[in-house]
Amino acid sequence: MWWDTQGPFRPLHQINPVRLRYIRDRLCAQFARDPNSTAPLRGLRIADIGCGGGLLCEPMRRLGAEVVGVDPSEENVEIARQHATEAALEIDYVQATAEDLAAWGEKFDAVLNMEVIEHVSDVQSFVAACAALLRADDSAMLLATLNRTLKAYFLAIVGAEYVLGWLPKGTHDWNRFVRPSELRATLAKAGLKITDLKGITYMPLPREWQLSANLDVNYLAFATRT
Amino acid sequence: MTNSLNTARHCDVLVVGGGMVGSALAPILAAAGLDVVLVDREDPAVLTSAPFDGRASAIAFASQRLMTTTGLWDGMAAHAEPILEIRVSEGGSPFFLHFDHADLGTAPLGHMLENRHIRQALFAATQRTPGVEIKANVAVTIVDGGGARALATLSDGQTISAALVVAADGVRSALRESAGIRTTRWNYGQTAIIATVDHERPHRGIAHEHFLPAGPFAILPLQGNRSSLVWTEPTADAARIMRLEAGAFDRELQRRYGDFMGRVGAVGRRWAYPLSVSMAHRYVAPRLALVGDSAHGLHPLAGQNLNLGYRDVAALAEVIIDAARLGLDIGQADVLRRYESWRRFDNLTLLAVTDGLNRLFSNNVTPVKLVRGLGLAAVDRLPGIKKFFMAHARGTVGGKPRLLEGRAL
Repeated sequence: MWWDTQGPFRPLHQINPVRLRYIRDRLCAQFARDPNSTAPLRGLRIADIGCGGGLLCEPMRRLGAEVVGVDPSEENVEIARQHATEAALEIDYVQATAEDLAAWGEKFDAVLNMEVIEHVSDVQSFVAACAALLRADDSAMLLATLNRTLKAYFLAIVGAEYVLGWLPKGTHDWNRFVRPSELRATLAKAGLKITDLKGITYMPLPREWQLSANLDVNYLAFATRT
Repeated sequence: MTNSLNTARHCDVLVVGGGMVGSALAPILAAAGLDVVLVDREDPAVLTSAPFDGRASAIAFASQRLMTTTGLWDGMAAHAEPILEIRVSEGGSPFFLHFDHADLGTAPLGHMLENRHIRQALFAATQRTPGVEIKANVAVTIVDGGGARALATLSDGQTISAALVVAADGVRSALRESAGIRTTRWNYGQTAIIATVDHERPHRGIAHEHFLPAGPFAILPLQGNRSSLVWTEPTADAARIMRLEAGAFDRELQRRYGDFMGRVGAVGRRWAYPLSVSMAHRYVAPRLALVGDSAHGLHPLAGQNLNLGYRDVAALAEVIIDAARLGLDIGQADVLRRYESWRRFDNLTLLAVTDGLNRLFSNNVTPVKLVRGLGLAAVDRLPGIKKFFMAHARGTVGGKPRLLEGRAL
């Protein structure tokens, strides 16, 4: 199911290229790599928090990174492992949380929190655990989430879940959506500073998601230690 | 399956068919860092020899840009004859259509190249590009595209595992058949006689497309005082002409050429190609993409089939390389779908246009003759429409892959 591009995770597959481009370009800028080279992320250790079926882990691995994917769901981890084996990709999948990784003393050059924090109950302690995973001052955290706006309510919940049926009903709880200002404050408390914010907007004509300056609904953030 | 996976040669892309399309795609993909295996049932020495393929091809301006941008043109430039003008005329009609490259700028409308020179240059590129492994004299017997990787079994027993298999294996593509992709095909009952012709006077870079009732008679400039002839006749007549001894054949030629090039005579052997048009219903299947003749065979009237093949190459290379640079699985369904939707509309349009042109010109009914004569004259006097046709001949219309615009990937 996770890997069927026309199945229930179709929205994730559709949004994946723009997320990947953002992650790749930000990390290449941060670590002085050429994004058009083969395996530009080689030598970087990346954690994907809430990895699901591995939709981000596999591309990160193909781009050369050493990848650890964690997910609290045993089923997800099993699907991800099996798919990586079939695709002949070496990825370390662990049934765990960010807090577990922090407790084990794991360190990374980049931590990916894509579409995770809007599902987390204690955002502050979650972000603190993720911040503890960063290896050095130039290590980076990348986040994707949904803004708590009226527009996001209508597009992401009413539209995507109820009208278009892109997402199962109940996927998102609007009250947990995070405003950019709140994200900035939460990260600051964990010692991180947002240096880039970008919106993701659906363009109906090429039928693809693109980066934009509009943060009203889906947005991406890049942060490093202050 | 697990066993064969363990012993398989892993690669990113398996290109099946080392013809003029497959051997262009392979080095372009490899230059972007992809691991490519190129398989052909023939020996490259045979493929690049004159007896294997005595034809010549028109390389449209857009195809040339693709070649130049990817470094493939270097091996061809010395053999390329620029087409400066195209003159389209009909039987005894005084009307004719005249395309001059100067109407569009300084670049030629295209270049004529003998196929063996194209093949030699592309083969050299596949050899010198790191990341292309050539496997000659083997056929692909089975392809299984159902899993997270495609598994191909070769006739020498080797298994190759690839993220994507590209079928560049020609009009009678075995890969297309085994993927269950159907094609629509129709025959014209016409056969093209192909030969190289020597003539007394220079061609001055002018290509002639002369519509005779039997079918188009095209004279395309080659280097020196030589031209490539594409002479279309009903199949029965073509068979008779093919059997003529040299002197009689040359007399038939002279009769059709007239005297504007002085004495003309065929050199080397003649070739006969029955004309048909085919169009694959789909361009992709799980972990499989069709390019070139395996996807479409056009009436050779406009000389566009190879150029459409290069547009396939430009689009597929862009889609694959963009996906690879995001770390995506280059063989996954949505990547392939992007290629298919990009190419199918373009190919169908040109197919309809050239098929229509041939039907319009291949008959002798008077009102039709009048209309097409007026039509040609009208097109000749309306600069907008003319530019549109010329842009099509040069391959510079349509949603453009970056390589066709001369931009690197």
